[in-house]
Amino acid sequence: MAAKQERQNPAFYALIAVLVFMSVGPVLLMFVNSFKLDVDIISGSTGLLFLPTIQNYETALCDVLWYEIDHLDFCAIKFGGAFINSLIIALVSTVLTLIIGCMAAYALVRFRFMGRDTVSLTTLMVRMVPPAVLLVPVFGLWNNEFCLDKDGLIGGFIRETMGGRGDVCLAGTHSGIILIYVAMNLPFVIWILQSFIVQVPRSLEEAARVDGAGPFQVFFKVVLPLIKPGLAAAAIFTFRIAWNEYLLASALSDRDTKTVPILIVNNMSEFNVEWGVIMATGMLLAIPPIIFTLFASRQIITGMTAGAVKG
Amino acid sequence: MRIARANRLTPYMFMAPAAIIMAIALLYPLGYMVWGSFRAWNPSQSIGEAEFVGLRNYIFLWNDPNFHESLIVTLKFAFFVVSLELLIGVGLALLLDRNIRGMSVLRTLFILPMMIAPVVVGLMWRYMYHPTVGTFNTTLESWGLPKVDWLGDHALMSIIIADIWQWTPFIFILSLAALQSLPRSALEAAKIDGATGWQQIIHIKLPLMMPVLIVTCLLRLIDAFKVLEVILVMTAGGPGLSTEILALRISRTATEFRELGVAAAMSNYLLILLLFFTVAMFLFTKWQEARARRLAAAIQEDD
Repeated sequence: MAAKQERQNPAFYALIAVLVFMSVGPVLLMFVNSFKLDVDIISGSTGLLFLPTIQNYETALCDVLWYEIDHLDFCAIKFGGAFINSLIIALVSTVLTLIIGCMAAYALVRFRFMGRDTVSLTTLMVRMVPPAVLLVPVFGLWNNEFCLDKDGLIGGFIRETMGGRGDVCLAGTHSGIILIYVAMNLPFVIWILQSFIVQVPRSLEEAARVDGAGPFQVFFKVVLPLIKPGLAAAAIFTFRIAWNEYLLASALSDRDTKTVPILIVNNMSEFNVEWGVIMATGMLLAIPPIIFTLFASRQIITGMTAGAVKG
Repeated sequence: MRIARANRLTPYMFMAPAAIIMAIALLYPLGYMVWGSFRAWNPSQSIGEAEFVGLRNYIFLWNDPNFHESLIVTLKFAFFVVSLELLIGVGLALLLDRNIRGMSVLRTLFILPMMIAPVVVGLMWRYMYHPTVGTFNTTLESWGLPKVDWLGDHALMSIIIADIWQWTPFIFILSLAALQSLPRSALEAAKIDGATGWQQIIHIKLPLMMPVLIVTCLLRLIDAFKVLEVILVMTAGGPGLSTEILALRISRTATEFRELGVAAAMSNYLLILLLFFTVAMFLFTKWQEARARRLAAAIQEDD
């Protein structure tokens, strides 16, 4: 009975159309503009009558294109390198966060142990810490404390093979950014996965244990396959944060480890904005999340509701 | 015997990686920040070299009119963003809670803004707000209306609108999920008793959705204090200090003014503020639960 399709009045559909237009409009606008020349954007012809050009994308991707670009003398935007940095950082931190996070969530749900309540409460509390608050200490620690002495064994080896001066510090490396992203996302992932692990029937685990499986086998062979939807949701959210984050990456990265958001902000802050190119880079940054949204929207919504409704 | 001890160690083994990482990269930095906030510290020094100045950074901020300004901007931003998003999001959820074809497509389109990088959202809106070439002003002009100085005189309103665009869907989706999991029996009973649409909403749907709404509200409130990139790209805190929210001011104090001690003290003020809101919200939920339980008990006694 509930599945019956009711006839709605036309105003209702008009409202939906307006809402869809409002939420997708700005994205479409950016998409369209990224194919326009700056002249066309500034002349203010909002219409769809223009000659689409991929020149902006060529300018943005100039360091990875295999052919010479005619309209460009010098490749100023190193988008390709930044894109690879972003990809490495986002993927590695997502994988690490998921593995570490689901183990912790499993321990919190299935075992009663000393300090469990403390851990659970701490996890909840650190979830509210804004990245801006972490900026100062992370900058100080990653530059001054989390270092290997250049005269030490490992530090000396790294300096010999990679070159450079001073002590070997976390700041400016991929691993430095990955470490803070993993830490930042862990509370959230633990929170989401807890609500999925609770639903795994205990009897399944006990059956596996009777058959002689150790705790780690039970976890990896029985529990993990059952919480795949939760893992997918958590993965998308973690990837989204690691992929989109700007502030901490900008404090920790150097010239070689810049990520795409930093590249965009650096090119925006100048007075004369090249709208076409900057929108092309923005579009390239937005493509992976858009693809996730279109193909995994069900997992995203499950994850969101699991985090708030059941939590 | 060995097995028993291994079993007792199991939870710690599962917990250890997460605990170690969070201790190294979250808790230790937070402690480090508290320690640093008592020092006159600039980025070229290590914390040990920085001079200990006691509470000077905190007192300086307490009397700093710029800090007050940015605190007020932050609170205004958080208040308007959360209340407007809650209003619009819940309203839309109540309106669209029907069986229509293509609801899943609709939800997919609605979550799109949330998934896009804040930097890119800022970029899109900065273009649309542009005084001469931007979408809004060209549209207004073509209708013969006066132009609006979006990112000048009305900068705070403009960033609030951008945030509402990005995050209302979050509240919409959560309230829709809550609405669709409401017990049908209560609604049917109300319909049979002849409750009008508004009465159903106010007396049945909203009270039953309350727990979800409070959690959602809390999540949004915490997130509203995290917003930084969108504003950085759109206005960089300007004009003047009119959109410089605390997160932005912290990052500018640390990177532009190179006063890590002051920035750390400011971060601590922000944390205290957030803690206050979280605890207040938590107590409010507890109080509501207690009241609901008392009411339920009273009804049972009447029976």
